Amino acid sequence: MTPLLVPLAAGDNRVLTITLFLAVVAVTLGITFWASRQNKTAADYYAGGRSFSGFQNGLAIGGDYMSAASFLGISGSIALYGYDGFLYSIGFLVAWLVALLLVAELLRNSGRYTMADQLAYRMRQTPVRSAAATSTIVVSIFYLLAQMVGAGALVGLLLGVSDPTVKNLVIVGVGILMVVYVTLGGMKGTTWVQIVKAVLLMIGTLLITILVLAQFHFNLSELLGAAAQNSGKGQAFLEPGQLYGKDLVGKFDFLSLGLALVLGTAGLPHILIRFYTTPTANAARKSVLWAIGLIGAFYLMTLVLGFGAAALVNTAKGSQIATTSGNAASPLLAQAVGGGEGTLGGSVLLALISAVAFATILAVVAGLTLTSASSVAHDLYASVIKKGRASERSEMIVVRIAAFGIGAVAIALAIPAQRLNIAFLVALAFAVAASANLPALLFNLFWRRFNTMGATFSIYGGLIAAVVLVIFSPVGSGTPTSLAPTMDFAWFPLRNPGLVSIPFGFLCGIVGTFISKDTSSQTRYDELSVRSLTGAGAEKAISH
Amino acid sequence: MARTRRTPPASNQRKREEQSYTDLAREPDFAELKRRYRRFAIPATVAFLVWYVTYVVCNNWARGFMDTRVVGHVNVALVFGLLQFLSTFVIAYLYSRYADRHLDPLSTRLRQRYEKETGR
Repeated sequence: MTPLLVPLAAGDNRVLTITLFLAVVAVTLGITFWASRQNKTAADYYAGGRSFSGFQNGLAIGGDYMSAASFLGISGSIALYGYDGFLYSIGFLVAWLVALLLVAELLRNSGRYTMADQLAYRMRQTPVRSAAATSTIVVSIFYLLAQMVGAGALVGLLLGVSDPTVKNLVIVGVGILMVVYVTLGGMKGTTWVQIVKAVLLMIGTLLITILVLAQFHFNLSELLGAAAQNSGKGQAFLEPGQLYGKDLVGKFDFLSLGLALVLGTAGLPHILIRFYTTPTANAARKSVLWAIGLIGAFYLMTLVLGFGAAALVNTAKGSQIATTSGNAASPLLAQAVGGGEGTLGGSVLLALISAVAFATILAVVAGLTLTSASSVAHDLYASVIKKGRASERSEMIVVRIAAFGIGAVAIALAIPAQRLNIAFLVALAFAVAASANLPALLFNLFWRRFNTMGATFSIYGGLIAAVVLVIFSPVGSGTPTSLAPTMDFAWFPLRNPGLVSIPFGFLCGIVGTFISKDTSSQTRYDELSVRSLTGAGAEKAISH
Repeated sequence: MARTRRTPPASNQRKREEQSYTDLAREPDFAELKRRYRRFAIPATVAFLVWYVTYVVCNNWARGFMDTRVVGHVNVALVFGLLQFLSTFVIAYLYSRYADRHLDPLSTRLRQRYEKETGR
């Protein structure tokens, strides 16, 4: 995210915005304290007692998944690049079919608290859990860093401050809040924070969408025409090619991105553990259906927001929207449809959308922190270090210490990362999830012969391939926007590694399986198969 | 407690559970459940992946086609994109209906048998 030149809010508006931000913090903390009194067992803490209905979990999945990058980033990208900005959201949505058809129910039936529970079901515990925990933590930290750096820039933008000290303080503040949510509220608190956020986000987005459409007589073609004209690019603004695929390398890069988006979602650990919060596989399925409906409706609305901003707000070079890489598009559009700068309606809507964006960040970082802390405590501490002999009490202490550790690491990395161009991190998280986690999950569920070595090979192979390829791509060096702009060690042409790393992850799983003579994992394949499809012996909901 | 770890001692309870899983795996009902699940999930997955990759490829290599206007300012590219949304909603709905009608009755029966045999 680029540093901000011109802050958005001023004067009275700032008071209103800060008041709404504090209200978001107060409500979410209230939920957290309420939830903390309900957390009695490990299943309460890790999986919210598995007592959320399909609808509730569907909302929470939406709250977990629709990040600030979706809310502000996609609409901003559409405002600046037209049609191409819309492409991210299509991959993000279609990806849910992988989760629905191949993963959600089977995982709900065969896992317990973490992604590793499922992967290690019929494998040797130590190597598989270590690998799965490594990948869980790497994916979550990448995603978390992107959110926290975004939070610093965003709150600066929304509150109207550009002082770096304030941004650092915002990052520290968000870090402390997420640790509080997770240590006290656990999954139950986090889930309710995500539900509240999802409701706020849907209402806020719907309100602006209706106000935008009303200006164009609810005629999509009229909106598109006005956007094309105001963008200065004409009809080309509505056609592919403004952002992606300008040359042959760019075309393959876009294909690579598309694959990572569509295959990554079902391998994101913070999404996978949401399926454990429902009482049955049937409820897990229903929750994905709700999530698909909500997320699909949301992305359709961001299309209107993006083109609306292009039509109604200044997006030319040097404008606020252009200097914030599009992140200011939705808030400024809200101000415009509310009556414009300086009007009461404009100020109220701007403050409202800003608060929604803030709630969005808080809910997503809480989910990511919980996911990594759970994996540290349940996979690394209880299983790898204590070999399954840790008491539940000690595990519950370790998970909280881990949440503090993750929070500290995230803050320490996010502050220096503000100076870097880290826009690639979310796409990289999807690429790692698709290359490392998805092959292992699918092989474990559908391939009897798959074994411990296959699982560790595919996880480490996919993880290392994705990360190494990005380091040696133009993202790492060789261009003015690279992480190391003054050096040039880039030999991999694509910014998105998925096209190579995803097949490589699958291939590693196959090679690892055939190298090893270990057949012990096959004896429990029938058990896993029966359990994952029927729910026989699956974890049950806790009733208090 | 469910066994997600391999370390617990093979108590009588665990033996009963293992026996029940083994029996259920050989059950014709289970083979039928597995067949029905895969018959929907695998072709549907292949179909939407091909459909999605076609869309991505058209964005790259069929720009003339994508730029064709359909009505007003709406072009093929946008319609194709919106159809991806529609197909996602439709596949999700069809799977849910299929699972409710053809998978859940079988899986419930098998699960109940397991619960009866193992007492949990």
